Amino acid sequence: MGAVTAETLLEVGPLTKSFGAATILRDVSLDVRKGEFMTLLGPSGCGKTTTLRIIAGFETPDSGRVILGGRDVTDLPPYERDVHTVFQHYALFPHLDVAGNAAFGLRLRRVPEAEVSRRVTEALALVKLSGFESRRVSSLSGGQMQRVALARAIVGRPSLLLLDEPLGALDLKLRKEMQLELKNLQRRLGIAFVYVTHDQEEAMTMSDRIAVFHQGRLEQLGTPGEIYEAPRTSFVADFIGGANIFSAEVLPGPAGQARLRLEGEHEIVVPLDPHEVLPPPGGRVKVAIRPERVKVFYKDELPFGALRFDATLRDSIFLGDGCQIYLEFLAGAPDKRLVAMAGGDRYAVHDDLGVPVIAAVQPEDVYILERDGD
Amino acid sequence: MLEKALSRLLAGKRPAASHLLLAPAALWLLLFLLIPALGLVALSFAKNGPYGEILWRLSLDNYRRAFDPRYVPVLLRTLFFAGGTTVVCLLLGYPLAYFLSFRAGRRRGALIIALMVPFWTSALVAFYSWIVILGKEGLLNRALLRYRLISSPLALLYTPFSVLLGLVYFYLPFTVLPLYASLEKVPRSLVEAAYDLGATRWTAFLKVTLPLSLPGVVAGALLTFVPCLGDFLTAELLGGPRYYLLGNLISNQFLMAQDWPFGAALTVLLLAGLVAGLWGYRRWEAAA
Repeated sequence: MGAVTAETLLEVGPLTKSFGAATILRDVSLDVRKGEFMTLLGPSGCGKTTTLRIIAGFETPDSGRVILGGRDVTDLPPYERDVHTVFQHYALFPHLDVAGNAAFGLRLRRVPEAEVSRRVTEALALVKLSGFESRRVSSLSGGQMQRVALARAIVGRPSLLLLDEPLGALDLKLRKEMQLELKNLQRRLGIAFVYVTHDQEEAMTMSDRIAVFHQGRLEQLGTPGEIYEAPRTSFVADFIGGANIFSAEVLPGPAGQARLRLEGEHEIVVPLDPHEVLPPPGGRVKVAIRPERVKVFYKDELPFGALRFDATLRDSIFLGDGCQIYLEFLAGAPDKRLVAMAGGDRYAVHDDLGVPVIAAVQPEDVYILERDGD
Repeated sequence: MLEKALSRLLAGKRPAASHLLLAPAALWLLLFLLIPALGLVALSFAKNGPYGEILWRLSLDNYRRAFDPRYVPVLLRTLFFAGGTTVVCLLLGYPLAYFLSFRAGRRRGALIIALMVPFWTSALVAFYSWIVILGKEGLLNRALLRYRLISSPLALLYTPFSVLLGLVYFYLPFTVLPLYASLEKVPRSLVEAAYDLGATRWTAFLKVTLPLSLPGVVAGALLTFVPCLGDFLTAELLGGPRYYLLGNLISNQFLMAQDWPFGAALTVLLLAGLVAGLWGYRRWEAAA
């Protein structure tokens, strides 16, 4: 479960949860530090929302504990946890106005009315909804409803705020704005956020750490930089940023380095991190190469990059800020393309399709992932 | 050709054409509701002849008679029974509807059908069954006597109790179904949001579920109260003449007293009251 320090606010795990025959969570453990922005990231059905609901108290895990602020809250109902949730579709009370929604939790706790109105005013100001106090929630736009839901959740000053895809229903432009705003708000309040999303870009923008979920498992937990620069599994490499995933055979090689044969064809030598353990020679691993780390050169150019593959330009898609290039570089599997990203529009020349090129990669840009072929 | 015309009609391409869809029902209501109702209004201004024939000498006499003090007890009794039935139906029906919507799970379908059984049973059969149960020699009295819970038979039938029982029995589905429909519409995420903000089950119910189901409470109350005002079979079979209601007064004008114009005037007044009530409800609903 990692080192639990005084900074640890929430500790969960190892969680398992099944609904009928379907196993939703398998041995998921994670910790959230005070004031941290933690994102649970993964495709739909990966278990991230179930984890959030277990933290909130809406679901009970089959096994595993939820420790909040040093106290075991696994069996406590939601209303006895110092945690508030911003729901996916806002879940605002339609029979109350904006101020009534924001004040809901405070009134339940019998906070004196004078303080309720002071804190509601303050919370609405924080989410930039001053002056909306007596508006009906049904008259608000999606973005405004989202702000009311946020105000309602932060007004009680929980130590931990849970957000379940809160920006999912907003359009792209508004979502980008709200991402920055949420991040700023979180920094100012110093409340820890556990944020659920399936959008890897959103996760990268906002998080201190990201927990990547896949099929009920926690695949990797780390900072955005770690997740991007050192993905541990092919799922993480592909889901975050996208990657070319290949199968490689381990060949006998010197210590500290990995000699691999890529897809049975290209032999490469890449550096090995001290903590990485390779299967014995003859075993197979998966490797990933980020498209933006693949450089493409015409035959008459001088390539840089230690690993070079002869390749054929098969397709090129102009994306505005660059090109996505599809290269054929395996004689045995011509359909298994190497995807490269290049800035500018240099390769948006369709006359060039079919010409021989050189694909070059730096050895440290080849990530060694999980074992293959099990 | 016909098929093409019909599909265009169903698609509502031309508004005038799609209104044709309304025609069958509209025609039916015109022939069998609106025209007879207008006839009734006309009749209410006529005069009753010595042999029960109708004399078309128009006057407000029937209405004047309707407001005679001796009919006040019938009106009050009717309001009492209709109101009492509504209250009892709400008290019994709300927990039932809540259970169906929030707790019944997979048994829900079967339970709703069970709830509808009295609704599908002929009222006559149902009320005669109640007579068999409640009578002096009835099943209930015999059981109580056998187990020595009472020493002499209780007077259950032909009492306010039996009238109320019959009305509640018959109108409970009318209360429960709108309640159930409105509880179904309460988003469960709102209940969760209330828990999340610190509400216990009970406060979440009071502050979220109950206020959001109020339209169902009002609709259920109206659907119970309004037909109770015109009910005559229950009082006829389970109450007897001492507990006659407005419905009995009206039906007696037509069937016994042979005073159709006066019966028509009473009907028009009842109808006017109902329409006023429904109009008020619509205004309340639009404002909410």
